[in-house]
Amino acid sequence: MSRNKRNFSGTLLSRPDLRRIAELIEPGSRVLDLGCGNGEFLHYLAAAKQVKGLGIEINPQKIDQCVHLGIPVIHGDLNEPLDYLEDQSFDCVLLTRTLQELTHPEHLLREVTRVGRRGLVGFINFGHIRNRMQFFFQGRMPRSRTLPHAWYNTPNIHLGTLRDFRELCAELDIEILHAVPTGPARGFFARLLPNFLARAAVFEIRKRPAADADPASEREKPEQKSN
Amino acid sequence: MTTEKDGQPPLLVQPQDYTFGWTEEDALPLDCGKKLYGVNLRYETIGTLSPAGDNAVLILHALSGDAHVAGRHAPDDRKPGWWDEMVGPGKAIDTNRYFVVCSNVIGGCAGSTGPRSIDPATGKLYNLSFPVITIADMVRAQKRLMEHLGIRKFLAAVGGSMGGMQALEWARLYPDCVQSVIPIATTSRLSPQSIAFDWVGSQAIRHDPAWNNGEYTENPEHGLATARMLAHITYLSDESMNRKFGRELQESDSYSFSFERDFAVESYLEHQGRRFVERFDANSYLYITRATDYFDLANGYDDLAEAFAGTKADFLVVSFSSDWLFPTEQSERIVRALLKNRLNCSFCEIESGYGHDAFLLEVERLGALIRDFLDNQQRKFQ
Repeated sequence: MSRNKRNFSGTLLSRPDLRRIAELIEPGSRVLDLGCGNGEFLHYLAAAKQVKGLGIEINPQKIDQCVHLGIPVIHGDLNEPLDYLEDQSFDCVLLTRTLQELTHPEHLLREVTRVGRRGLVGFINFGHIRNRMQFFFQGRMPRSRTLPHAWYNTPNIHLGTLRDFRELCAELDIEILHAVPTGPARGFFARLLPNFLARAAVFEIRKRPAADADPASEREKPEQKSN
Repeated sequence: MTTEKDGQPPLLVQPQDYTFGWTEEDALPLDCGKKLYGVNLRYETIGTLSPAGDNAVLILHALSGDAHVAGRHAPDDRKPGWWDEMVGPGKAIDTNRYFVVCSNVIGGCAGSTGPRSIDPATGKLYNLSFPVITIADMVRAQKRLMEHLGIRKFLAAVGGSMGGMQALEWARLYPDCVQSVIPIATTSRLSPQSIAFDWVGSQAIRHDPAWNNGEYTENPEHGLATARMLAHITYLSDESMNRKFGRELQESDSYSFSFERDFAVESYLEHQGRRFVERFDANSYLYITRATDYFDLANGYDDLAEAFAGTKADFLVVSFSSDWLFPTEQSERIVRALLKNRLNCSFCEIESGYGHDAFLLEVERLGALIRDFLDNQQRKFQ
C-alpha cells in the first residue's frame, strides 16, 4: 500500500539558501511556503521538523506534484493579495526565490509579515561583485548562473542589492532580525562584505512591533561596515 | 458488445436497495420539520470494504446523476455509469483498492424515494405532497446507508456540482465520518444567478399544461425539456459552444427563413432535452433544484468559517477556469473558510474550456489529483 514517494531532499539541500532556512525553522511550527514549487521543501520540513505546511503555487504541474507528495497547496498568484490567509496565522512564512519576479515585491513583503509571525526571505544580490564587474567592464546587463537570462526575457524584473532590500524593509516598517549570506561564497568574506561578495542572502523579518522604538534591533548586521 | 478496450471483461455492478424509516423513531427527520417514512435508497457499491475499514469512498452525484456511477448492469449495456472514466479497476478511484459507494439522492427518480414514490400514508404517489427536501436531508439519508453498510468513516466524500454540495454537508454534519472531502466545481451557497436559472426552469415545467399541478401520468415533456435545455447552456461555455457548433447549420446550407431549427446548437439542445425527458422525472427536477436553491452552508452561522468550525477533514477543492455556473471565486470562498479553521486544504483551478461540465470531462488531470490525494489520505487514515 505504501507506494514510495519520490525523495527530493537530496537535490533540494544542495541549494544553500534552503539548507540555511531549514536550520532556522522551529520543529512543529506552521509554515507557509510562497511559491512552494513541487512541495519538496515542505515535504522535507514535514519529515525532518514535523512542520504543518501550506504551499502557494501557480504552476499546475507543480501543484499536482504537491498533491502527490501530500503537501497542502493553494493554487494562487503571488501578485495578488493573500487575503484568504488570516493575520499572523503562520509561525513562519517562506519566500525563497520569487520576490524579484513579482510586479510589486513590496506588496508581498507586507503580506509576508502580516500573515506570518516571522518571514524568511531569500534575496538575490544584484550587487555581487561579478555583476558589478560585468556591468562596469562590459557595459552589459550581467548574466550568471543565478541570473542566466538576457535583459529582454528575464523573469527577474525587480532585481536589487542587499542594501536595497534593507532600505525597502525600513520603509515598510519591517524589522530584519537576522541576515545570512548564502551562495557559493558564504564564508568569512561574504559575511564581511555581503553587498559585494554574497550572491544571495536569507533575511529573517517580521513586522516591527508597535511598541518597538529602537530601529536597530538586529542580531547581526554584517554589511553595516561594507561599501 | 463490450466496449472495454484492453480486453478486460466489463465491470458489472448490481443496483441495491436499502429501506428504513418505517417507525416514528426510525423515520428520516427533514429540515422542513416533517419526517419521511419508508425511505428507500437505491445504491451501488464497487470493490470490497477492507478489514480495517479504511478504504470506503463515497461518491455523490450531481443533479441529474444516479447511483450508477461506473461499470454496467449487463454486459451489453450501451453506456456505463456516469463517472466510469474516473471510477473502476485501475482508474483514478481504483475499485481494486477502494470500496466505492454511490446512492441516488432522496427526491430523485432513479430508485430512491422521491415525489413519484408511493406515500405509505396514503398508498398514492406523493407528487407535490412530497416534503421539500434539502441537500442536508439527502446527506442524512446517506448517513443511514453508511451505518447500514457497516462503514465507520469514509476515506473520502467526493462529488461535483450538487455532489460537491453534499460532500461539504458531510464535512459540516458528520465531521467524524469523513477523513477527507473532495468538492469539485461547486459552491457553498447557490448564487442568485443560479437560483434565477432554476426559477425559469421551474416555471417552464409548471406552465406546461401536462404537468397538471404535479398530478400527471405522462412526464410533462415540453416543460421539462425546456428546463433541461436552459440548464444545459449553463453547463457549457461560450468557448466550448463555439468550438463544438460555431454557427454551423444543421441540415441545410442556408437559412430556412422560418422559426424551425436551423443551427447545429439548436439541434443539440433539442436532442439533450429529448433525451433528458426519457430518463428524468419533472417533479423530481422541481424538488432537487429547490434543494440546491435552498443550499447555503453558512445559513444559521455567523459566516461560512463558523459552519466548518467542527470539521476535521482534509480537503481537495477543485474548480474549472471556464465554469461560470460555479466559478472559481465560489470555490475560493470555501477555501478561505477552511483555511480560517486551519484545516489541511488544497485548492486547484484546472484550466479547461468545457465550462461546468469540465468536472465530468477533464478526467486526466482531475483523476491524477484525486488518485494522489486519496493515496495520501489512506496513509494517514484514522
